[in-house]
Amino acid sequence: MLMNLSSALAGACVLGQTAAADGGYVLNVAGYSLWPALTITLLILVKVAVVIGVMLFFVSYSVVAERRCSAAIQDRMGPNRTGLPLSGVKVLGLFTVPKWKLLGLGQPLPDSLKLILKEEFTPASVNKFYFTLAPALAMMPSLIVVCVVPYACLVPIHIAFSSPFEFVLNIPNPGVIANIDVGILFAFAISSLGVYGIVLAGWSSNSKYPFLGGIRSSAQMISYEVSMGLSVIPIFLVIGKLNLSDLVQYQATHGWLIFPFPWTSEFTWSQLLLWPCLLLSFVIFLVSAFAETNRLPFDLPESETELVGGYHTEYSSMKFALFFLGEYAALIVASCLMVTLFLGGWSWLTPASWTPWYYNPPAGWLGLAITGLQAITFLIKMAMFIFVFIWVRWTLPRFRYDQLMQIGWKFFLPVALLNILLTAVLLAVIR
Amino acid sequence: MEALFFWVFAIGMLLAGASVILNRNPVASALSLVVTMCFMAALFALLNAFFLAAIQILVYAGAVMVLFLFIIMLLDVKAEAKTRMRWISLVLGLVLAIFFSYELSLVLRDGVPMGAVPLAKLPPPPSDIATIGRLLFTKYLLPFEVVGVLLLVATIGVVLLSKRDNKPEAK
Repeated sequence: MLMNLSSALAGACVLGQTAAADGGYVLNVAGYSLWPALTITLLILVKVAVVIGVMLFFVSYSVVAERRCSAAIQDRMGPNRTGLPLSGVKVLGLFTVPKWKLLGLGQPLPDSLKLILKEEFTPASVNKFYFTLAPALAMMPSLIVVCVVPYACLVPIHIAFSSPFEFVLNIPNPGVIANIDVGILFAFAISSLGVYGIVLAGWSSNSKYPFLGGIRSSAQMISYEVSMGLSVIPIFLVIGKLNLSDLVQYQATHGWLIFPFPWTSEFTWSQLLLWPCLLLSFVIFLVSAFAETNRLPFDLPESETELVGGYHTEYSSMKFALFFLGEYAALIVASCLMVTLFLGGWSWLTPASWTPWYYNPPAGWLGLAITGLQAITFLIKMAMFIFVFIWVRWTLPRFRYDQLMQIGWKFFLPVALLNILLTAVLLAVIR
Repeated sequence: MEALFFWVFAIGMLLAGASVILNRNPVASALSLVVTMCFMAALFALLNAFFLAAIQILVYAGAVMVLFLFIIMLLDVKAEAKTRMRWISLVLGLVLAIFFSYELSLVLRDGVPMGAVPLAKLPPPPSDIATIGRLLFTKYLLPFEVVGVLLLVATIGVVLLSKRDNKPEAK
């Protein structure tokens, strides 16, 4: 876990460093300005800590959401008892801490304690080095990819006050850790590394079921990566840029890609011609995201009915937990990408002229608060997608492996290619 | 700061590259190659060539090497790990290495000497995607299209070869 976090931090830092070459990070405290490089590093570290903290919070609560939603779908109660720690306990025989159940929202704590305290058993036949490396590799890519996702706008935050001491703080690009021009390509590149964790786990376990799971996963992830990558090309044909922040800005002024509402400032009716293409992109991306995150109906790499537990059959305790959490982290990253690409990121469904302060926050603490509001908007949209993932998992049965491959190669790939062609032709007609 | 990162990435890349050829276990070699690719991508990122960095990881580390690993895992790794290094491959490798070092020295001799232009005075790099795209569709249009046709031929060839076995079954 530590290794994961530190490497994700390092990766994000490197990116942030190189991407923040334009400078502008300033921190003046009581008349002393810090060494610029140190300020940059400190501020990026703070951003990384906030983003990874929020992400891990969502990882643990999407597990709870999964359990509660599955219970609701199957007409059960689900884990609704666990309250806060120490509730209902008599402290020193003096008073009792009130017992709040809070809808079972305390569940992640005992869950994680259970996983940490379980015996960590490593079978004798495994290849130890790769067996230990695999869980870390499964978790890491998702933690790195979040550094290009824009949670809020890029208007710099400027905070300054003079009493009780002089303090000046400039934060450019507050909404994203690394504002790089190839945002979406970077996201695809890093998440394509996620397959190594699964493949290595399957191979190093030196056992049949994990091996089959690993082999299935590598074939599945490569197949769907192709249609996923092709499905977003129409978007970038329309926008002309690969930067994710520019994409959100475009959607704020032209309407969201899957819902081009006409009351935005730069809306044109000819844009509606492209709407069907973008909707098709969205469908292909959504289905590929299910396959890439190994979720039902495409969870062949770990299909319990055939492969025991798939690639993580031989794992226990924290190593298993890393696979488990890595899966939810990948789910969150996929939701983040879909919100950014198709659902307007942090933008609202209202015309920008109604709430100009939201799209162009003022300087100072108010700006910081509005940036926070944008992040909350983003997280609400993201939570919606997480719910869709959970909902589908408990509704649809699993596909057969050959069906999975057929849909990927014989349906989604040609449709995505045709979609690109159609978008390009339409764009040529419109412009 | 940039110099520090450069040395970390460069040394890491060389170590990983050495481990590709020194490891006798094919899986370890393949993974070392992945690490080498990642470090190379990091070096591209340090030069502000983010597009090349992303493509390096996406294509080589994320797709090509996964297929390599896929094939290697289906082979008998233990037998492969026992094979000894042969003299002929050592000699041929050395010859190749000397040849490439000579080529590299030619490039370095003709190029702009290091440090002749301070890094800060160079113009900010234009968006590398736009530049690469424009070059591909103007100056290098013919090679680009030829490579496209080549890939198409390879794809059709693969389909043809893997389809061949189906005919007797149909009868």
